[in-house]
Amino acid sequence: MAEPNWLIDFPAMDDESLRAFNRAIDEAYRAFTRTYGAAIEDAFTPLLRLMVWFEQLLLGAPWWLVILAVAALAYGASRGWRLVALVVASFLLIGYLGMWEDTMRTMAMISVCTLIAVVVGIPIGILLSRSDRLKAAVVPVLDVMQTMPSFVYLIPVVMLLGLGKVPGLMAVVVYAIPPVIRLTDLGIRLVDKEVLEATDAFGASPWQRLWGVQVPLALPNIMAGVNQTIMMALAMVVVASMIGVKGLGQPVLRAVTNQYFAMGVLNGLAVVMLAIIFDRVTQSYGRRLQRYRDETR
Amino acid sequence: MRRADRTPPADAAAGEDKIIIRDLYKIFGPNPAGVLPLVREQGVGKTELLERHGHVLGLDDISMTVRAGDVHVVMGLSGSGKSTLIRHLNRLIDPTAGSILIDGAEVTALSGAALRHFRRHRASMVFQRFALHPHRTVLGNVAYGLRVQGLGRRAAEDRARVWIERVGLTGFEQRYPAALSGGMQQRVGLARALATDCDILLMDEAFSALDPLIRTDMQDVLLTLQGELKKTIVFITHDLDEALRIGDRIAILRDGAVVQEGTTPEIVMRPADAYIADFVKDINRARVLRVKAVTSAEIKGARGAVLSAQATLEEALTFFHEDPSGRRPVHVAERGVVGSVGLPEILRAIERPNVGPSDARASVLTS
Repeated sequence: MAEPNWLIDFPAMDDESLRAFNRAIDEAYRAFTRTYGAAIEDAFTPLLRLMVWFEQLLLGAPWWLVILAVAALAYGASRGWRLVALVVASFLLIGYLGMWEDTMRTMAMISVCTLIAVVVGIPIGILLSRSDRLKAAVVPVLDVMQTMPSFVYLIPVVMLLGLGKVPGLMAVVVYAIPPVIRLTDLGIRLVDKEVLEATDAFGASPWQRLWGVQVPLALPNIMAGVNQTIMMALAMVVVASMIGVKGLGQPVLRAVTNQYFAMGVLNGLAVVMLAIIFDRVTQSYGRRLQRYRDETR
Repeated sequence: MRRADRTPPADAAAGEDKIIIRDLYKIFGPNPAGVLPLVREQGVGKTELLERHGHVLGLDDISMTVRAGDVHVVMGLSGSGKSTLIRHLNRLIDPTAGSILIDGAEVTALSGAALRHFRRHRASMVFQRFALHPHRTVLGNVAYGLRVQGLGRRAAEDRARVWIERVGLTGFEQRYPAALSGGMQQRVGLARALATDCDILLMDEAFSALDPLIRTDMQDVLLTLQGELKKTIVFITHDLDEALRIGDRIAILRDGAVVQEGTTPEIVMRPADAYIADFVKDINRARVLRVKAVTSAEIKGARGAVLSAQATLEEALTFFHEDPSGRRPVHVAERGVVGSVGLPEILRAIERPNVGPSDARASVLTS
């Protein structure tokens, strides 16, 4: 075999070594999966229960009760009837077009994913805002999480946990959590230094300062993060249908593979409607938490 | 000036030494402790420290005593270190070296819970740009210090309402700060600081951001409340008129060092150096000096209308329209007639120091 000219051809690893390299990584991960897979799956059982319970609740309840509940939520968040009308109309249309069950499954998934992302993401964001060194270490990880093609997330979670709800949940949360972390950190860092100085001058403890001043004043940014997280979760929930997550993603996937144009568009529009509802409800809730900003007479 | 050579009792009565600052240094930079000896032992100045050693000299050997019940004004231009100084009193800034005794306890040694307790119960603060919590109502802001102290919501709000009324904001309890004018916001800031019932009030250019008319208004509010509360107030300002109007004692800071400390009449009538003389040369002495400053203890021979010791010399002049040669008795609120004053003393006090009568006349003629 002639010696390859490295000036012309890139001096790449030969195929044999590359295969060995990839295999070594896969083997190592498989070994990890065999050793810890069961334990990790057990650790996620409570989450699985929560999700199954919520999904059954939405599917088991009569459709009008669900619409009523979501409408009540929309009213509570916005104190306005326009949002309520939008919610009711969207759900009636979704139901009429036969997508009720899939929509309920997706809604359950998104709600639980968002809940987890917020519960995990806000404390991480708070920690980042308190330490520049921690932030320098975590931000690159968040960058990778946000730019890595979303399909790639599916591989390790499937290897670890197989097909189903929990791996889907993990993939969605990992994909969707960066915005809430970033914007919590940003929001807290942007809180007026003079207001914080005054807070210190009155002898507030770090806890009183965090929950009484920093988090409330960071809310506009935190809410923007939650909002983005929801939108990213909705996008990922379609991708996650590839690993067996039921809901609106599966008909979309079927429509793609079979070229069912109408079916794809309708289910896609149902995702859009869910997105709009989640967006409007969280936004108006966020605005109501910051009423003080409107009062400038 | 009284020196601190004894430790005052924990609950200092009016006139006792309340805050004693000794040899306080603050140096900003990467290695303050390392360059401290240069300043302390070799007398390196502010400019040299910055240019040759890359450190900023914030406070340069400050020693000062604040008496209980006084309004102690710290005055200086921007960059003189006055805001840095007041932040040492509640340790928003930590000193590089030196000692701060408040009621005999070393404030520089406080940390953690003890420092929080001190800030909650001993010294409250009013800020130049108000620094109210924008997400709390007026009521929530005024109650904040009490909530931090651990008081229940109901009790804190009840006490807050009392102070909201005292600063004249009744009816605005449920408004947010953004809806209030600057003057009203600072009333909230004042009420918030007074509500905690601390015996020390730190005011950092509290009225400097307000319009002149509102500022005078707020000074009146403060003086009225102080007449009754008798708190120990450290008041930072860059405005000489304000300093003279509300201060019992005034310390003048320049480049982080005290240039002169004394009562208002001492500063105005006997400026320590050219810098201060220049500062005070244009003020209206008749308006800032009070009868108290020129009163003599002699009561005999005084006749006619009784003057208040708190009246300005300008106000006092009208009492001499008839019978300019006579002496008028001087009255202090709690103690009755304490002395008397005559026109010559008043006129002497109103004259500019270091400027002869002939010069004064000449400048009047030429201007």
